[in-house]
Amino acid sequence: MTTLTLDRLADFQACTVTGVAPPASAPEWHDWLEEIGFIPGERAMVMARALPGGDPLVVRVGASTFALRRVEATCVRVTLDGGSA
Amino acid sequence: MKSAIVHVHRGGPLLALVGNPNCGKTALFNRLTGSHQKVANYAGVTVERKEGKLVTAAGKALRVLDLPGTYSLHPRSPDEKVTCDVLSGHAEGEKRPDLVVCVVDATNLRRNLRLVLAVKRLGLPCVVALNMSDLAARSGIRVDAAALSAALGVPVVNTVAVDADGAAALLDLLDQPGIWRRTARAGNGTPPAGTIEADHETVRRILQGLALDQAIPRLASDRIDRVVLHPLAGPPLLAVILFLIFQAVFAWAETPMNWIEAATGWLGGAVASLLPHGWLQSLVVDGVIAGAGGVIVFLPQIVILFFFILVLEESGYLPRAAFLLDRLMGGVGLSGRSFIPLLSSFACAIPGIMAARTITNPRDRLVTIMITPMMTCSARLPVYALLIGAFVPQRKIWAGLELQGVVLFCLYLAGIVGALLVAWLLKRLTARKLMHPLMMELPAYHWPRLRNIAIGLWQRVMIFMKRVGGIILALTVLLWFLASFPAPPAGAAGAPIEYSFAGMAGRALAVLFEPIGFNWQISIALVPGLAAREIVVSALGTVYALSANGNAAAATLAPLIAHSWSLATALSLLAWFVFAPQCLATLATVKRETGGWTMPLVMAGYLFALAYLASFITYRLALAAGWG
Repeated sequence: MTTLTLDRLADFQACTVTGVAPPASAPEWHDWLEEIGFIPGERAMVMARALPGGDPLVVRVGASTFALRRVEATCVRVTLDGGSA
Repeated sequence: MKSAIVHVHRGGPLLALVGNPNCGKTALFNRLTGSHQKVANYAGVTVERKEGKLVTAAGKALRVLDLPGTYSLHPRSPDEKVTCDVLSGHAEGEKRPDLVVCVVDATNLRRNLRLVLAVKRLGLPCVVALNMSDLAARSGIRVDAAALSAALGVPVVNTVAVDADGAAALLDLLDQPGIWRRTARAGNGTPPAGTIEADHETVRRILQGLALDQAIPRLASDRIDRVVLHPLAGPPLLAVILFLIFQAVFAWAETPMNWIEAATGWLGGAVASLLPHGWLQSLVVDGVIAGAGGVIVFLPQIVILFFFILVLEESGYLPRAAFLLDRLMGGVGLSGRSFIPLLSSFACAIPGIMAARTITNPRDRLVTIMITPMMTCSARLPVYALLIGAFVPQRKIWAGLELQGVVLFCLYLAGIVGALLVAWLLKRLTARKLMHPLMMELPAYHWPRLRNIAIGLWQRVMIFMKRVGGIILALTVLLWFLASFPAPPAGAAGAPIEYSFAGMAGRALAVLFEPIGFNWQISIALVPGLAAREIVVSALGTVYALSANGNAAAATLAPLIAHSWSLATALSLLAWFVFAPQCLATLATVKRETGGWTMPLVMAGYLFALAYLASFITYRLALAAGWG
């Protein structure tokens, strides 16, 4: 099973963060994303995407809203809420 | 560069405000200190340092420091590093705070409380201000301050920074001697044992204990965002907002600008009649008054532009605009954050370069600074107006569009395209494979508060005026000297400026400029035009031996140059002004912001080369078209 990441969700699909996997070239993103709220157990959802190409994204995490580039959103691992996952 | 360390409001205990971005920290700072604020820089870095003064009810005089907002004590930008350095006592020339006020957004405790835990570990006396507690209450969240205080182990008070007496509880707290005492428990040497996850777990337990572990839905903000961030509706909305701001900047500013011009003229005339005819009169009237007036005249535009920028910033729209433009800017290697500096530069590059401070990535910040001069600042308008008026016929072309207006629009567009091309080139050269993060918060919308906007506007105006008072004035006086000495020999036929140092330089430059179609009159006028671009108009007036200046010069000058210049020369000069770095004040600002002469010299060099190239191509094409 491939890991589900935030960027692959449909808009407004509720999910729960399971972890942050930064790219090898930017290991510091792990802490940065956690500091702004992408911590295991936190609820998240994609609120909007820019045109063209769906990049960047608007993401709700906890009570905050952040704009993330798609490469940043791919670092955030999630599971769907209320689904079989 | 060593910038002077400014210690304002000497003495008194130091209180530092710390908090996440967008927690209302600066609004609380404004509430506590009112207009008793001083804006400067931290030593060695161009991070804005805001300090204010506060006297409590018991008569205790305090210094209040508004530290840059941060999500954690692991800095990722120069701003955040300042906050960490000050709190740990490592900041150069800064005293370690005697008391830290952690400002937390009561509607978003989960993220905000993690920073409180980190600050607490530093061992400084610490209190928590539960800000925006009115908004939290309105969303149905009642935070029990006493219970939170017990859970955190530090005093907690409710504040509403936007209400007149919203900081009363905090002020009362500051009069209690107990809170200033350092706790023995947490010493300086304590290693930062807590990881982010551990702190998160602590916060989760605290919030569970207070029955506050449900996130507040942001219904109103989300409804607005459905339109503002809509992929199809959002960009046109942004375009309309920007268009209206531009309209306002140019339409509303016209009257006050005329007043300032009239006042400068009147003052010059009055002083001229008081001083004896001679070099002193010329220095004061033509150098100091005309020079400073030539820059101050842009103040109305800058005030109006900053008013709108502050309103957008306060309301929460600005990061949304950056979001919408991120893709476009990303294509040339910049991020959405570069948008505000570039927008400001349409009034004047100086506030634009100063606004680049908000860009966290050093490379992005430098690239943004380097391309700001290509945004058509309003100082170019008088030159464009003169040349377009003289050479472009007044006629309707299509659907009621004026040909002159279309040409002006093309000149603006040429600058923007040029800037994007340079940024793109720099991306290819410096940033291959380099990923810089966006991770930008989109805060909930708020109604902008007049008081906060007034304070922000005042601070920016003061920064601009200080710049006028210092370096710009000095440069103007220097150029006046070059254009006035040596005096022409008795019985000389031409205009006096021809015999001056500036005239000699212009004659020498004419050799260089001949291939791009500039005659020696233009070359001479470009020298005093270094002070400010629009001075070229009055300098041309001087070279063509007209006694009038400013608008009057333009009126009489237009037919004269229409008669004596070829169309190719005029087009070449227009192309020159799209790129030419002829503003010493801008270069001086770049030197200040980048901390050395390298960047301003690089900027002057590359813009000069670009201007020369553009003019050369334009001139040669125009000649080929038979417009010589």
